[in-house]
Amino acid sequence: MQLAVSLRDVSFAYPGGPAILSDVDLDVPSGEFVGIAGPNGGGKTTLVRLALGLERPQSGEALLYGQPAHRFADRVRLGYLAQRTMLGIDAPVTVGELVAAGRVPRRGLARPFGLQDRSAVRSAIERVGLADRADSPIQRLSGGQQQRAYIAKALAGEPDLLVLDEPTAGVDADSQESFAALLEELHLELGATILYVSHEFGAVERYVQRLVLVRGGIAFEGPPWALPPPWHDPSHVHP
Amino acid sequence: MSILDADFMRLAFATGAIVGLLAPAVGFFLVQRRMSLIGDGIGHAAFAGVAAGYLLGVSPVATALAASVLAAVGIEWLRSRKGAAGDQALALVFYTGIAAGVVLVSAAGALNANLFAFLFGSILTVTKSDLALVASLGIAGLALVGVLYRGLVAVSLDPEGAHVSGLPVAFLNIVLAGLAGVTIAVSMRVVGILLIAALMVLPVIAAGRIAWSIRSTFLLAMGIGLLSVLAGLTVSYYADLAPGGAIVLLAAAVTLGAMVVRAAATR
Repeated sequence: MQLAVSLRDVSFAYPGGPAILSDVDLDVPSGEFVGIAGPNGGGKTTLVRLALGLERPQSGEALLYGQPAHRFADRVRLGYLAQRTMLGIDAPVTVGELVAAGRVPRRGLARPFGLQDRSAVRSAIERVGLADRADSPIQRLSGGQQQRAYIAKALAGEPDLLVLDEPTAGVDADSQESFAALLEELHLELGATILYVSHEFGAVERYVQRLVLVRGGIAFEGPPWALPPPWHDPSHVHP
Repeated sequence: MSILDADFMRLAFATGAIVGLLAPAVGFFLVQRRMSLIGDGIGHAAFAGVAAGYLLGVSPVATALAASVLAAVGIEWLRSRKGAAGDQALALVFYTGIAAGVVLVSAAGALNANLFAFLFGSILTVTKSDLALVASLGIAGLALVGVLYRGLVAVSLDPEGAHVSGLPVAFLNIVLAGLAGVTIAVSMRVVGILLIAALMVLPVIAAGRIAWSIRSTFLLAMGIGLLSVLAGLTVSYYADLAPGGAIVLLAAAVTLGAMVVRAAATR
């Protein structure tokens, strides 16, 4: 099976700083739903940034679909919701406008939207259950609804690999639960590869196919049910 | 006698209308990226460009255009390389521009009324060839913004997400910087180097207070820019006021009004 993400003996530190990750090996086959957990500061975000080519390893190699991640050319296949993503602009932004922005890379920079693009945007909004809020300014939505809108933005580009970094930070427990169910539904329907990063992991533990605990390296990798009991709350990883 | 009977007023309205639309259209993306003051920095580089034109004996508008675009692209280059934070890059261009302008003006012996026309605007002295230059660059700028609108919005909303998904973020930032430089250069004659940034920023702030979406903010900003220029010119004609100042004061009044309306609506 083709590998969506492959990290080979990867180590990384920011300039002048201590090692964030050491000797990481991780393969993610296409279509897998992987949870990446671990304590704050353990290197989860760095790991996905390396996988996406946003950072370059000091040693080892990071590959996306077999190509060096930082030089990966077919980037329209990637969808990314960064940690603490906030609107980069002050103007009111409707859900429809936010989601349409996620379609632009797939369509091309200067080409006007066609029927297929409008349909993809509408479909992404419907998938996350915000069809009746498409014209609402996102600033007026609840935290959970805003996260759904951001997911719809990533989905509008019809990505093969969806990377979500702490998507439910600051969202209440009920919203986290429904968000996790939505991801499971999307995974089953779309067959996309999903990397879900979180330090609060309970909500998606039963949906992911594989759990990776990161603490300066990979501390555990396997099905969630195989997680040793002391580690079941990954926000408090113990050796 | 009608305000439009005078040839110079027709030229002023035509030139002002283009600038009134272009400045907020480009300024919209600068304001959204919290780079509202970049227009001031580029304006000071444009001052150096005007002075260089006098010194070299060539068109000050052409040299200001070159200086503005170079300064804008330079700020973006410094910012993107992280060689300097955004405000530090701006400060470097800002002070270098004004200092170079002072040195070049004194070397050219050009501290005269013509120079003040660039500093404070002189839309009533616009010629047909000035209008042709403003129209060609202005319409090209508006067309480019129209073509790249969705990409510029996507990068403004989430630069890193746009980069991951393959949008050419660095290219779009350079294009936007270049557009800002062109806008400053073609707008000098309307409101002057010292006030041009206001026409790029104030209509956008006003629109953001009363609009309901990105698109409505963008279009309202252009409408407010156009209205400010046309109304400012009319007021200045009948009240015998400086047009550049009148235009910006009207834009400021609209902005204050929009803030009051917003505050009342959210109370």
